[in-house]
Amino acid sequence: MGLTNEHIKERLIEKFGDSVTGFSEPFGLLTFEVPKEMNLKVLQFLYDDPELKFRFLTDLQAVHYPDDKGRELAVVYHLHNFTDNVRLRFKIFMDIESPDVFTATRLYECANWMERETYDFFGVNFLGHPNLKRILNVDEMDYFPMRKEYPMEDQTRIDKDDEMFGRGGTI
Amino acid sequence: MTEEVLQHTENNIRLPEGSIEKQTTTLNLGPTHPATHGVFQNILEVDGERIISAESTVGYIHRAFEKIAERRPLYQVTPLTDRLNYCSAPINNMGWHMTCEKLLHVETPKRVDYLRVIIMELARTADHIICNSVIGVDTGALSVFLYVMQYRELVYEIYEEICGSRLTTNIGRIGGFERNFNATAWEKLEKFLNEFPKALKEFENLLQRNRIFMDRTIGAGPISAERALNYGFTGPNLRACGVDYDVRVHSPYSSYQDFDFKIPVGTTGDVYDRWLVRNQEMWESLEIIRQAYQKIQEFKGQETEVYHANVPEYYLPPKQDVYTKMEALIWHFKIIMGETEIPAGEVWHSVEGANGELGFYLISDRGRAPYRLHFRRPCFIYYQAFPELVKDSMLADAVIVLSSLNLIAGEMDA
Repeated sequence: MGLTNEHIKERLIEKFGDSVTGFSEPFGLLTFEVPKEMNLKVLQFLYDDPELKFRFLTDLQAVHYPDDKGRELAVVYHLHNFTDNVRLRFKIFMDIESPDVFTATRLYECANWMERETYDFFGVNFLGHPNLKRILNVDEMDYFPMRKEYPMEDQTRIDKDDEMFGRGGTI
Repeated sequence: MTEEVLQHTENNIRLPEGSIEKQTTTLNLGPTHPATHGVFQNILEVDGERIISAESTVGYIHRAFEKIAERRPLYQVTPLTDRLNYCSAPINNMGWHMTCEKLLHVETPKRVDYLRVIIMELARTADHIICNSVIGVDTGALSVFLYVMQYRELVYEIYEEICGSRLTTNIGRIGGFERNFNATAWEKLEKFLNEFPKALKEFENLLQRNRIFMDRTIGAGPISAERALNYGFTGPNLRACGVDYDVRVHSPYSSYQDFDFKIPVGTTGDVYDRWLVRNQEMWESLEIIRQAYQKIQEFKGQETEVYHANVPEYYLPPKQDVYTKMEALIWHFKIIMGETEIPAGEVWHSVEGANGELGFYLISDRGRAPYRLHFRRPCFIYYQAFPELVKDSMLADAVIVLSSLNLIAGEMDA
């Protein structure tokens, strides 16, 4: 249990210098940000380093921040070191116009479907992914539904014709 | 005619030397096949009965829970979590409540934690009952399934006493439970604790050293610990490969650190080991429930009535109070109308679901609904390994590998 958040942070700064930024620890979970071109380098370093050994990809997902121009999409990685039982989280931000990032599938087999899901819902294009196609939505869909520009239907609207649901009339 | 056959063969996958068949067959296993226990489609390429490759399709019952959650106040997300792994819905509910409590800095009293532990372990037992007995069904032993199903019924009756529903439980609230366990609930729990061990022993006797069962399951769909970790396995499936990772022990929640229990592990990671691990976990769950029950009985005086944290700004008050008391009416109004303060922040919380690590990633921007909510659904992640698990095995093995992974379509497709 020797691995502390402080030490991980030092190791990361030692290796990547100013590229890793925005360190914080919400609810004790070390969180930081790296440039999107460096996601694989950081993943590889965290995986290979004999001290850090973050070899379990717990989760991978995206978040859409439409107001943050040039950094609209964030991909969030949750990693876990089983030996020392430490978790960390890091994020990469990207422009929604060019949402290209490198795939983590060569490192983690489980990233395959997680990335497909992220592509399916947010349109993040994972370069080098072996089979990047929609996974939960229908193949014919031509938009990315979890983006914030597609709000959930407003329940107060009255212009919706409900006839097709067998209820007749409007509302 | 011969030419046609030859041409057809060219379009097929080249078969290895000594194949019985002259060409492979494409076979759809699912999406509505009775042996798949859920909406799973696998496009199998088979050489006779030997599987050459498999391609899984998921998403048939995708219901956009993450999107819906972005318009639901925190307490209304609970019914969505019911429908993830519906065989053990209480674990999902509690996991979600604990995620919210983490965000809202709510501390739950010990008694609430222990009550939750009882419910979660009952849910785990109920889930394992189904999964393990269904492996029996898929290997041709239907009677064990019907037999232990009676005991799942006992668990569901306990749920009914506590929350009023059985399958999609929506059990508890942020901060605790909506009501204390009543005398009937405790009675039923005692009945379960008395009767189930005998049935579980019998269940084990029928299958564990059963020649047919062993022949069918040993060596079917094995995976090494290294591959399993790479594939993101968690829960009993990972432990069957020999990795003793259990969220209850590694990041204890709901006072699991107060309990004394073992993590059973396997060695080969095949269907048989998964079955053994789950069975042993049921014994451990029973042990945890007993310990929790004992701890609860040790509470004295006022403490015996504690079933929720004292957080009126987040905990929905009982309805009769809302009608008769000013204070309760105000809080009820504020919670329902979304006027309570929700702090901004991002939370990761995971619990040991019945089939693996169930994680909640919640981002709040002070709004009444989550800004973003992501569920880490364990079986969505480890189902990817299925083609590798069944490659070069028999078609009949694919069916038992599928059921031994404890895949729940509702959870996978969220």
